[in-house]
Amino acid sequence: MRNILIICRKELKSYFASPIAYGLMAFFAAISGYFFYVATAIFVRRGMESAMMGRGMPMDMSEWVVRPLLMNISVIGLFLIPMITMRLFAEEKRSGTIELLATSPVRDWEIIVGKWCAAMILYTAILSISLLNFSFLFIYGKPDWKPMLVGYLGLLLQGGCLLAIGTFISTTTKNQIIAGTATFAVCLLLWVLDWVSAYETARWARVVSYLSVVTHFESFAKGVIELKDVVFYFSMIFFGLFLTARSMESLRWRA
Amino acid sequence: MIKVEGLTKRYARTVAVDNVSFEVQKGQIVGFLGPNGAGKTTTMRVLTCFLPPSAGTAQVAGYDVLNAPMDVKKRIGYLPESPPLYPEMEVSEYLQFVGRLKGIPRGDLARRLDEVTGRCAIGDVRNKLIGKLSKGYRQRVGLAQAIIHNPDVLILDEPTAGLDPKQIIETRQLIKHLAGDHTIILSTHILPEVEQTCEQVIIISKGKVVATDSVENLTNRLRGAETVAVEVEASNGAPEAGAVLQRLEQVAGVARVLHRETKNGRHVFEVESLQGQAVRPALARGVVEAGWNLVELRAVSLSLEEIFLQLTGGDAAAGGVQ
Repeated sequence: MRNILIICRKELKSYFASPIAYGLMAFFAAISGYFFYVATAIFVRRGMESAMMGRGMPMDMSEWVVRPLLMNISVIGLFLIPMITMRLFAEEKRSGTIELLATSPVRDWEIIVGKWCAAMILYTAILSISLLNFSFLFIYGKPDWKPMLVGYLGLLLQGGCLLAIGTFISTTTKNQIIAGTATFAVCLLLWVLDWVSAYETARWARVVSYLSVVTHFESFAKGVIELKDVVFYFSMIFFGLFLTARSMESLRWRA
Repeated sequence: MIKVEGLTKRYARTVAVDNVSFEVQKGQIVGFLGPNGAGKTTTMRVLTCFLPPSAGTAQVAGYDVLNAPMDVKKRIGYLPESPPLYPEMEVSEYLQFVGRLKGIPRGDLARRLDEVTGRCAIGDVRNKLIGKLSKGYRQRVGLAQAIIHNPDVLILDEPTAGLDPKQIIETRQLIKHLAGDHTIILSTHILPEVEQTCEQVIIISKGKVVATDSVENLTNRLRGAETVAVEVEASNGAPEAGAVLQRLEQVAGVARVLHRETKNGRHVFEVESLQGQAVRPALARGVVEAGWNLVELRAVSLSLEEIFLQLTGGDAAAGGVQ
C-alpha cells in the first residue's frame, strides 16, 4: 500500500510538473463549457417556446441538459485518456528509469496500480471542472442531483477502464506518440463497436455491442446503476491491469 | 556476499553471458572488465533482478535472484549505465522518492538524504532540477540514489563513463571511500580504473570469464620476466651509450638490453630479465662499480592493458581501451 502511494504521488507530481495536466484541463473546460452552453441554450429556447404555445408541462432538466451533457463528456473522455496514459510506462522505458523501478523492492503490480491511480486522480480532477457548469443549474433551477451523481460514477468507471487499457498499451512501446495513437485507436474502436447494433440484431452483433464502453455508460447517464454495467467496467479495469502486469513481466524475459 | 554459478543468459539469437561463475567476498571492490558487448551489463542486470537468468544461479547475500528477488533488491544499490533520473524533479525530491521506494523509514529519510548529498558532493544542487544538471552532477546524483538506503552490495555499471578527467578522479575516490561498508562490483572497459580502484578483477570476454584474480596476482602471473628501466648519467660524453649497454648485458640473469634514448646527458635503457631472476641488485652494482652515476632503477610492471589484450585477443583494442 505504501509503495502504491509512493508511485502514485510521484506520477501526479510529474503530471503537474509538465504542461500536460494544465493543457488537458483547459481543453476539457473549453469543450465541456461549450457543450453546456449549447445544451442550456436549447433547453431555455424550447422552454420559452412551449410556454408560448400554452403547454403547461414543465420540461425535465435531467433529460434535456444533464443527460446529453454526460454523454458528451463521456465521448470527450475518449480523447483525453490517451493523453493521460501515453507517458506512464513509455517514458520510463525510454529514459531508462524503468530499471530503477524494477530493481527497487517494489512489486510490479504495486507500480502498475500506483500509476493507474495517479491517472485516475488526474482524470477525476479534469472531470470535476464540469461540476462548475452543473453548479449553475443549481443556482437557477432545481435539478435532481442523484442521477447526476450516478452519471459521474459512470464516467469514472468508464474512464478507469479506458485508463487501464491505455496503461497496458504504454508498456508495449518506448515511444509516447505511438502509445498515445494506439490508445486513441482502441478507445475509438471501443466506442464505435456500439454502432453495429444499429443495423444488426444477430447474436454476434449483440456481443460486439456489449464490448463497447459507451453502451454500458448509457444507463448511467439516465441515472440508473445496472449491475451488469458495473461488472463490465470492473472486469475491464482488472483485465487491462492484468495485461499490463503480463506485459511488464515479459519486458524482463525479452529485454 | 555474491555468488554466481554457471550463469547463462540467452537472448533470442545470441548468448550474452555463457556459463559464468564467480564469487565476491564481503567488503571487496571487484572490477568487471571487458570490451563493450562482453556481457558485463547483462550479468549486472541479472544480479539486480532486472533480468532473469536463462540458466544457472546468482545469489546476493545468500538470497537467490529468482526465488527471493525482494530480499535481493532490498540489499543492492544499482547505478545503470545511464543514471535513472527524472529530469522534471528536483535533486532532493528525487532522492526522497528513491529513498521511500527503497523502504527507508520516514524518520530516517532526512538524515540519509543529508548523508548522501554530503558524500556525493551534490549539496549545492539540492534544489535544482535534474534536467538542468551537468553530466558530472547527474552521475553523482545517480550514485547518491544507489547508496541512499545504505545497501550491502553496490552494483555500478560504468560509473565514470562520459565524465571529464577531474570528475573521473573524484568519482573513483568516492567509490574507494564507499568500500568497506559496501561490497562493490563496478564494470568498466577502462583499465587504469581497475588498477586504481579495485582489489579483484574479473575479466570477461564474449560472455565468458577469462580470468578472475587479484590485480596484483594477475599482473604477476602474466609477467613472465621482469622488465627494468635503467637510467645512467653521462657527464662530458662519458660513458657512451654503447659502453653502458655492453656492461649491462654482462650482468647475470639479463636476457636483453635496449637503448631507449639519450636525453639531457642521461642514457635510458630497458632491461629484460630471464624468467624468475631478480636482476635489479646486480644491475645496480654493475653500474656503480663501473664508476657511473645510476639515476634511476625501476621495475616496469606489465600493465593490465597488456594482460587484457593477451587474454581477450586482439579485439579488445577495438573495444575502446583507453
